[in-house]
Amino acid sequence: MVASVAIAEDAPKVAHPSGADIIAQIKAAQVREIVALPDIVTSDGLLWPISRDPDFRLTRICKEDEGVSICGAMSYNGTRAVLMMQQTGLMDSLNAIRAIGVDYELPIVMMVGLQGKEPHVHPDRSAAYGVRIIRPVLDAMELSHSLIEEPEDVAHIPQAIDAAYAASRPHIFLIGRSPEAT
Amino acid sequence: MTLRRDDALKALIPHVRDDDIVVAVYQSCFDWLALNPRDLNYVAVGAMGQASSHGLGLALANPDRRVIVLDGDGSLLMNLGTLVTIANAGVSNLYHFLSANRVYEVNGSHPLPGADKVDFEAMARAAGYAGARSIASLDRLEEALPQILEAPGPQFTAMEIVAGDPYPRDYAYIHSAAARETFRQALRAG
Repeated sequence: MVASVAIAEDAPKVAHPSGADIIAQIKAAQVREIVALPDIVTSDGLLWPISRDPDFRLTRICKEDEGVSICGAMSYNGTRAVLMMQQTGLMDSLNAIRAIGVDYELPIVMMVGLQGKEPHVHPDRSAAYGVRIIRPVLDAMELSHSLIEEPEDVAHIPQAIDAAYAASRPHIFLIGRSPEAT
Repeated sequence: MTLRRDDALKALIPHVRDDDIVVAVYQSCFDWLALNPRDLNYVAVGAMGQASSHGLGLALANPDRRVIVLDGDGSLLMNLGTLVTIANAGVSNLYHFLSANRVYEVNGSHPLPGADKVDFEAMARAAGYAGARSIASLDRLEEALPQILEAPGPQFTAMEIVAGDPYPRDYAYIHSAAARETFRQALRAG
């Protein structure tokens, strides 16, 4: 868990992305394997619907770095997968991502909920230390990443997944606002 | 009676089919590469503890192949949740062999925490593997191997071993792009 920050009552109201749209875009990228640890940001809008969707096989894991290895190994025969987790798990998995994703040049695609982030604030300016360090850490590791906050941000998901598999490199989607279940 | 790791691996060789994937880690990997070099040896596990997780990914993505994991005890202790994940994943084609010598062999042979107490067979059984056993003699291993590898997985076998002959530790090869590409091409060749 990341220490929660208080959100002012007069904070701007913002739109949230559609979980159904994200799922549709994952499917459009020919992904049918989901490897996941629950994350409160994506739980209701993504992981619960995915768990009930017969188009997906969901592999529940005990620790996030397992998922890095599972997804990397799946890629050898071209099987596409998405690893879902919270940013705390991402931080815990950096060595596996370094070794398996970067050193071994494997397409590990991750969808990471930014737990503790204020919905109206860019992650780099979050009051939560565990949130605002994420993008600089990923930049330091030269890892490709993109932000999903606005409803229209979901449109780039297939292209980013295709690019990750074409280049055989990791990509990390950072989910900055809880997706709505519809 | 003691079981040498290289003798245990030699006993396994006749039971490995051409289309089996073998995932091996650290000293078991170096021994296996010397004893049974083959294109479907998966040697690039990257981070310590991850061999069985790679094995699970391969087992899920290649349901028509058997995946044989040659794990180490120090490695498994770094990723114990993998036992539960594998058991829960419903893979019947994964065969998990553990070389249990109770030390971090490639890191100076320091003892594992709880080296004289840890019961790996019990851990695997409690996690939900379809079968689990401990074997400490070559005769017993040779007798059991056909049954283990014919049974539906996931199957776990703790081999209580001592080091055998000192096979060379070729880290450059196991981390090489060439090793990964050789495996990838063999897998895709069918």
